[in-house]
Amino acid sequence: MHAAVIVFPGSNCDRDMAVAFEKAGAKVSMVWHKDTALPEGVDIIGVPGGFSFGDYLRCGAIAANSPICQSVVAHAEKGGYVLGICNGFQVLTETGLLPGVLLRNANLKYICKPVRLRVEAADSAFTAGYQPGQEITVPIAHHDGNYFADPETLERLHGEARVAFTYCDNPNGSVDDIAGVLSQNRRVLGMMPHPERMAEPLQGGTDGAAMFATLVDQLADA
Amino acid sequence: MKARVHVMLKNGVLDPQGEAVRHALGQLGFDGVEAVRQGKVIELDLTETDADKAHASVTEMCEKLLANTVIESYSVEIV
Repeated sequence: MHAAVIVFPGSNCDRDMAVAFEKAGAKVSMVWHKDTALPEGVDIIGVPGGFSFGDYLRCGAIAANSPICQSVVAHAEKGGYVLGICNGFQVLTETGLLPGVLLRNANLKYICKPVRLRVEAADSAFTAGYQPGQEITVPIAHHDGNYFADPETLERLHGEARVAFTYCDNPNGSVDDIAGVLSQNRRVLGMMPHPERMAEPLQGGTDGAAMFATLVDQLADA
Repeated sequence: MKARVHVMLKNGVLDPQGEAVRHALGQLGFDGVEAVRQGKVIELDLTETDADKAHASVTEMCEKLLANTVIESYSVEIV
């Protein structure tokens, strides 16, 4: 399984994400934002956390218009897999690959702590390693993680079972406690919490490792 | 030619920053502020000399980058 991790100026979780994929057995290529093409044979693209372009204008807005993002969108539109974590989730909403938007946290504070998540959809290549309803502990670290979408979009997301994770104890004001959402074909996942920061015992927990292990398993078979 | 773009959160989108400003104004003794909405002003210096063309071009900029129309509305002013 071949994963590409995109690096923007200001990305700071790109290497963590690469390590999590590598530990799970994937080959990883780092791809700079000014590149226009992805390496041959990429199965999944990781859009990492951080503060791309200093969060100027809106979180993820400038990254979403960088040269490589056209290839990311094209990859997703061909049915390719994309995982956006934290700032990566913000970038994916700005590209339009995922619905909604991440607003400033309701308490206006940057929040950095482990949180409990509930797995709502365990029928995607990202989440098949979890049980439906399972609770896992994964850290968050964001100032703009307050998920917002209009009522029609929310109805569609719930109706199509596209809410992948919810917060057990909503830290940031996200509507319907939403922590992560899937695309309609369930091959694009965006989430604010950081599974790559809970992927080995030294990090204080391994609840995030199942996501990378399952992805490597499922995409190797594909 | 200069253009000025106002970007505001749409009605119905909670604005926690505006709410914090409203609260702070109340603490300073400014009574009677019922609501505060905080937005952005973006000024652009353009080489275009035709106001209609400038307006059209800045509108396209708003749609593509300057505003996220999921949550924000914008207005373009040529000055």
